[in-house]
Order: sequence, then C-alpha cells, then structure tokens
Amino acid sequence: MRMSTEHIGSVMVVGGGIAGIQTSLDLANSGYFVHLIESRAGIGGVMAQLDKTYPTNDCAM
Amino acid sequence: MNIELSTLTDIIGVSGEKGNFSVTIRKNPRYVDMEKCIACGLCTKKCPRKVSDEYNTGLAKRKAIHIQYDQTVPLKYLIDGKNCLYLTRGRCRACEKFCPTNAINFDDKEEILTINAGAVILAPGYKPFDPSDMSHYGYKQIPDVVTSLEYERLLSVSGPCTGHLVKPSDGREPERIAWLQCVGSRNVSDCANGYCSSVCCMYTIKQALVTAEHLSGDSVDQTVFYMDIRTHGKEFERYYEDAVKKGVKFVNARPRTFSPGKDNTGVCLSYVLDNGERVTEEFDMVVLSVGLEASEDARYLSETFGFELTDNRFVKTDALNPVTTTCDGVYAIGAFLSPKAIPRSVTEASAAATAAAVALSSVRDTMTQAKTYPPEKEVTGTEPRIGVFVCSCGINIANTVDVQDVLEYAKTLPNVVFAENNLFTCSTDTQELISEKIKENDLNRVVIAACSPLTHEPLFQDTLREGGLNAFMIEMANIRNQNSWVHSDSPEKATLKAKDQVRIAVAKVTFNYPLQRQGIKVVRKALVIGGGLSGMTAALGFADQGYETVLIEKGDLLGGAARNLDTTWNGENIRTMVDGLGERVREHAEIKLMLNTRIKSCSGSVGNFTSIARTPDGDQTIEYGVAVMATGAEESQPEEYLFGQDRRVMTHLQFDEELKTSESVVKASKTVVFIQCVGSRDEKHPYCSRVCCTHSVQNAIRLKKLNPEIDVYILHRDIRTYGEREDLYREARQLGVIFVRHDLDRKPDVYAADKNLYVEVFVPILQRTIKLSCDYLVLAAAIIARENKELNEFYKCGVNEDGFLLEAHPKLRPVDMTSDGLFIAGLCHYPKPVDESVAQAMAAVARAGAVLASEVMELDAVKAYVTDNCDGCALCIDVCPYNAIRLETTSENGRKMSRVTTDTAVCKGCGLCEASCPKSGIYVHGFTLDQLEAQVDAAADRLERSIEHA
Repeated sequence: MRMSTEHIGSVMVVGGGIAGIQTSLDLANSGYFVHLIESRAGIGGVMAQLDKTYPTNDCAM
Repeated sequence: MNIELSTLTDIIGVSGEKGNFSVTIRKNPRYVDMEKCIACGLCTKKCPRKVSDEYNTGLAKRKAIHIQYDQTVPLKYLIDGKNCLYLTRGRCRACEKFCPTNAINFDDKEEILTINAGAVILAPGYKPFDPSDMSHYGYKQIPDVVTSLEYERLLSVSGPCTGHLVKPSDGREPERIAWLQCVGSRNVSDCANGYCSSVCCMYTIKQALVTAEHLSGDSVDQTVFYMDIRTHGKEFERYYEDAVKKGVKFVNARPRTFSPGKDNTGVCLSYVLDNGERVTEEFDMVVLSVGLEASEDARYLSETFGFELTDNRFVKTDALNPVTTTCDGVYAIGAFLSPKAIPRSVTEASAAATAAAVALSSVRDTMTQAKTYPPEKEVTGTEPRIGVFVCSCGINIANTVDVQDVLEYAKTLPNVVFAENNLFTCSTDTQELISEKIKENDLNRVVIAACSPLTHEPLFQDTLREGGLNAFMIEMANIRNQNSWVHSDSPEKATLKAKDQVRIAVAKVTFNYPLQRQGIKVVRKALVIGGGLSGMTAALGFADQGYETVLIEKGDLLGGAARNLDTTWNGENIRTMVDGLGERVREHAEIKLMLNTRIKSCSGSVGNFTSIARTPDGDQTIEYGVAVMATGAEESQPEEYLFGQDRRVMTHLQFDEELKTSESVVKASKTVVFIQCVGSRDEKHPYCSRVCCTHSVQNAIRLKKLNPEIDVYILHRDIRTYGEREDLYREARQLGVIFVRHDLDRKPDVYAADKNLYVEVFVPILQRTIKLSCDYLVLAAAIIARENKELNEFYKCGVNEDGFLLEAHPKLRPVDMTSDGLFIAGLCHYPKPVDESVAQAMAAVARAGAVLASEVMELDAVKAYVTDNCDGCALCIDVCPYNAIRLETTSENGRKMSRVTTDTAVCKGCGLCEASCPKSGIYVHGFTLDQLEAQVDAAADRLERSIEHA
C-alpha cells in the first residue's frame, strides 16, 4: 500500500447502471472528475432491459 | 465533459487509500474504432454470424457485430470476439468491407491502464436468480415457464415479439397467466438465498397490470401465488390495491408441482390453499418471479478492495454510514449493497456522491474543467447570412430523401449564402468542419437538416459557439425521425417534405436573435428544517464540505423520532448514534443550530432564498441557496383494540419503553400478542408504514430470548421484513414465535373480561377462531405525516394523498422536490428505517451540492419576457404552472399601471403564457410571434402555391 496524504479530486465509479450513472452525474456536477468504468459495451444496466417501471408505469428507457 | 466513460472495462487491481487510490483496469478490445463508428448499422446487416442475444435473455438472436439495443450509450458497435467468424476462424471480414467509415479494427488489443482516484464507488448491480437448478418448477423443460426477466423482454416493444405477448410454446396469445413469487428468495432449502429480494412483488404486480396492454383480447386472467405481498414503498400499496380492483387474483399458496399442459403448451399447477384445500389448475404461461442475487463480482471486489460482505454476499455497511464499505474511501450503492428497486438505488447513488465529496472536499474543482469558446460575433443589426447543412446520416436519410435535391433547393432560399451535404453531420470531424465554414463564410445563422433537436441540438449549439456564434442562432429540421424513418415507402414525397422542413427552419432562423443564459449569484449556504436524524445528517453533510448551514428545529431537543428508538434492524444502538450526531452538530463551526425556531416566510428561488426565522430571541433573516425538508412524521394513536382503555394495550414505542423500564415484569408474561397494520393499509391510511413488521419481529425475538416460555403471537396481514431483514423473520419462527395471518375484513377481536385481556382471531389453517389471554397487546401503530400547512405553503411543497411530501419524480429524482432548490429527507417523505433516512439525507446534500458548487448558476435562456403591450389583464398568471408570473402595480405620471413580471429563475419557458395572452404582451425567447409566424407562413407556402396552380 502506498501511503500518501495528497488527495485527488476525481472519483472512480464502477458500474454504469442507474446507480452508477446517477452518482457520476452528481459528482461531476459538484466539482469532481469521474472515471466511469463499465464492463459491458454500454451503460444502462438491467434497467435498460425493463419494459416499464413501477409504480408509475413509465418506460424504463 | 467531466465524466470519462470506459466500456468493456474490468478492474484488475487496486492500491492506495482513501484520498488517493491507484486502480488498475483492463480495457477489452471492441474491434470497432469509436471515433469512426457512426452507428449506421450496415455492419450488423452484413454480418453472417447469428448468436443468442443476451440483452433479450436469449429469446432472440443478434449478430456477432452488434449494439446491445437501439439507445445504447455510447452508440457504437462492437464485435463479440468469441463469436466473430474472422476472429475465431480467420475468415469473413464482411463488416470491414461494408463499413463506410473504415471503423473496423481487427487488430484491436486489450489495454492495461492505471487510474488515480480519490474515492471509489462500486455499483456493479446484481445477478437475476437462475432457477435452472430448481427442477420442480420445470424451467427450461416446460416451454411456457419463463423467468420474470424473460417475461419483461416478451412485453417490451424492443423485445423478441415486439411487445405483442405470445406463448413461447406455440406463438399464440396467452389468456391465463400465473406468477410464482419468491423464486430464489426467502429460500434456504433449495438455494442459499434466505433474504427477501424486495422488488419482486412490485414488478410482478406491474407485469400483471401491463400484460393486458400487450394482448389483443380482453379476457386475460392473472393469478399471483405469494407468501406475503410486500408493497412497502411509497405509493406501492395503492398500486397493489389497484391491481386487486382490476381483477388480478392473489392466492396465498405455494405451488410445488409443475407439469406441462396438453401438447406441451401451458402449465399445470397443483397447490394447497390456506384452508387445506388441494387445487390443480391449468395456466397458459407461468412466470417465475426470480430474485436478485449478489453480483457475480461481489466476492472478487470485496477481496480486491478488502471490504466485508454480509452472510448473503451483499455489502456490509452501518446505519449511520449506509453506503460506506468497511474499506474507508470505498463506497457501495444499489442492488450490490442490498436487494432494492430503482428509487433507493438512485438515492444511494446520490448519498455516495456526498460521502465521496466530503472525503475529497479539500480538492474539489482541482480535476474538472470548464470548456472555453472564442468570443461571440456581433450579429444584431447585420443582414442574415444563413448556412444550411444537410445530413445524409449514412444511408438513414439519404436512402429515402434525395439529399442533393434538398441541398440545391436550400441554396435558392432567401438569405441562404452557403449550403452543403455531410455524410454524418454529428461526427466529430464534421463538427470541426462546420465551425470552420461558419467563420470562412461569415455565417450568422445555421440550419441543420438532420435529426432531432432533443438529442442533438446541444451538440450543434456547441459547434456554433466553437465557430464564434451565439448558441441560439440555430434551427434544426428533423428530416430523419420525422421524415426518412417514417416515409421510406415514398421517397419522392419524403424529399418534398424535407424541402418544406428546410424552408420552415430557414424562415424561422432568419428571426432568431442572440440569447444569453442568465446567471444568478448563488448564496452558497444551506438551510435544513428539522433536527431529527435526517436533518442532522444533512446539516453535517453540508458543513463537512465547508458550506455554512443553518439547522432549524421547532422543539428544544435534537434527535426527532429516533430519540424514542432502541436499535436498528441489525442491532445497532440508535441512541448512541443520535447523541453522537447531536454533539457533532452542536460543535461544528459551519453549523448554526437554532432550536425552538420556526420558519415564518420564504421568498426568492433556487440559489437565492430569504426567510424569516422566529426564534425565542426574536426574528432573524436567513439567506440560503438550497433547503432540505426533514420535518419527520409521527406514530399514530390507535383508535381501536382498547387502546387508551386498557393499560396492557400499547403501541410499539410504549412497549419499547416498558421493556426498558420494567423488563422483569415483561419477562414474567405468559402471552404477548402483536397486531400489525393498526392504522396502516386501511381506508384512512392506505399505505404500508414499512418499519412495523421488522419492529414487531425484533421485539418478538427479544421476548423469546428473554424468556423462551412466553407465548408470542404476531397477528399480521403480510409480514414485510424486506431485504436481509427476512433473516429476523426466520429467526423468530425458529424461536417459536407464532404468526397468524388475517384479512382486513376479519380483523382480530379484542376485549377485556374478568380482569383479563383477550384477543380472538380466526386461524385459516385450523379453520376456527382461537382465543388468547394476553399480558401485553402491542399495536403496530401507523406512522403518519405531520401537518405542516404553513411551512408547506411558504415553500409551495406538494404533498401526496397521505400528507407526505412529494418528490419531483419517484424514481429518477427521489430526493428533489418539484420546486428547484428544495430537497427532502427522512420520514416527511415516507415512513422508513434509520439507514434509509440517513441515505436520503446524504442524497439530498449531493443534489443540493450541485447548486452550491458554483458561485453563479446558469439558467436556460428560453424564458418568458414581458413586452410593452402588457396591460395587466393577468390571464397568464392563472395558466402558469410554475408560479413564475406576478402582477405588479406601478404609478407612471400619477397614473396607476398594472403589468405582469416574470421570475426568470422559476420560469421553464413552456409558453403557456404566450399562448394565452390576447395582447402580445408576453413572449418566450426563441419562440416569439415573429418566429412562429415565419414558420407558419413558410409551412403554408407550398399549400398556397398548389392552390394557385389549381
């Protein structure tokens, strides 16, 4: 483990589903650089596979 | 621009610590150059290799070169190296041959990179349970047994049957569909998932409700086989009630025998009802409501980063730090943390943003960049010089619309001084080309004839700014979505329509004028209303990032409802938490705590609010940029079951107190009975109070541990120990706690006789009523909203039918209120346990933090403005949905004048005012009457000419 007191103003987010996307946007909007890492070819996660979402029956896309 | 997305990327190692991690990642090859790929889709058409499509859960085929789905971000194709004929067998290369932009790169290799980051947030999601090993369900043996995720794809318009639901066995529409709940959840005998997956009851109800929309007939029959219906979220119970009303059948039974129907279509189920009756029933389809399992990466990530998992392989956190793993600086959110639905995942996502922001507040703004542009050219008062760029969109437009014809036509239009055709107007190199053409040809207005402004206008506005033009000197003509895509069968008419669209856009852009986004100076201070657990957490979240914060509490104590609670569901001491938070709040240099204080007024809008606070020492004015509502809720006082008449009948909180003060008396009890849903899930409060089942189960366990001889009964309507709380329910049963289910129309009967307290309840499995003599009767009283009429009026807060504060969007903006700059946390939003309240408070801080992050907040430029014609008739005030217009009376030369004025910070530019104004007294920038008239005239132009010819 490298010991360092120097802080870095960026955050790594692992996973680009709805949670990863939201946290990335919030951080980028608050002054932090975000590295968003996604193992699949695109973001969206499971939510992108859903037809509608409850309880509003909005289109998941 | 401050988010760098790496797809097809895995984590392979990490070193360092909070504030400074080095993460090693592996970028796997895509074999398609993302810079060059324009997503025209030609490669997929030409690719000969068909494989199972994982996006459609294997129910459809895709090609080896593909995109996951039409809206994939980034919209770039990829070659699946495991299936590509060239990469596996060394021949084919069809995609390479047909790609119009030479984007295929078979030499693409994996890359190993190291990235430095101050914090890491893990959101790898979950794995849907695979029921293949549970052979009694017949999954993969009986064709019409599908999982809920497969069913989701069957319902989807982008799915294998384009949204027209059919049976997998014979392609016919199903009429009788059954759902089986808790497949791979709440089950320790067939699998190792003892927990409740939290989301399946609701998604099942959703699927049952929307199924009717996907079938042509109206004779659909839906049955849900359940153990407990768990609709414990905000507005969830109503959703369930709605399904019951619409005829969805809910059967409390667990079918164990599944056999194929006649000709191997349909499914035959056998089950036993709660009265012991055995039933065999046939269905056309059976959906297995599969649970959420810990992410496949959970073990790997926990070992790599060195944090702990729970027994169920989710992430271990504590209630005060609900998104922090046991490795400092590493956070976990979403279904990776515990099984949950979208709203809580989104809330936790924002909460983690706060946790990371607090950790890194000393280095905020050190890595981010703001884009710079050349100075804007002065265009006011100059002759219009319009440039038209007609896009071919590969073949998307050009195959239907004769783009050359449109181009030549555009050149003939008034004020058009330049026109050209581009293969892909949106590609990076074309963007640069356009900004050069703007400068070269001294263009002052631009028309892009391509696709939708909804998706692409911001991009082109940026191109204009690069070219030194104001971003609003643009119009788009959507000749793709509104033309070539829908008129591919009549290219001639499509070309004619494209000309119309271009003519209309040119006519409007002639009247465009530069607009400036207004900036308002942000008061970088926060106000938090309510000094409970949520309020204190929010205040500390702001203060720890260095924002001055005022925390207002109407009482004289901090802690709110949490002061009366004992432990969290997993045994953490709440008292210690509350005391610890209170101490930090009182000592924090950035927090100004105001006890015994109430808000008396509010003016201003996001970024700039002013309020009067009434304190014991007089009124004080507070200025702030954002506010968090954390006003809490309360335990209701039951109106039934002899509450208030017999001292042995008490609420949860009273019984907690009894356990604390008279434990030995309680220990000597023979029988203790709990009744659930007292005041919840009934006509008056048609919602679930979410925390009471867990509370009763916890106390039941405590009683059994105190004295195993006590007979403990929990009379319930459904036990809702969601998520990993299910472990408590199992423990209670193992300890001998007796659970008896009843319906709303067969509630227990409570009476006192001969100094005894009796409870009578019907037991379905015995088919008779039992009589219990009890020493204590504990009522799980509902949590009800507080009436904060005055406060809600000051802030124009919306409330739902139950009195809880309304969020802007239940799933995607769960902590934002409908008014900008206001956020919600804790019980005032909906009943919830401590960990969820804390997460919500932290989330509110992150959302509010985006406002406080910059000194000046940029507003949209498309806003209403008042002209000299306004005579103060005030019609627009009534139609404005945002309360952005007010009437002002001024006096000019001794004459009283009335005129409306708009609040640009609040106005959303919807245009209702302009449409309703009879005097041309109020317009919206970018949509003035001149602009709209020019559009309409241009639209009517061809019509007029054809009338003249006739």
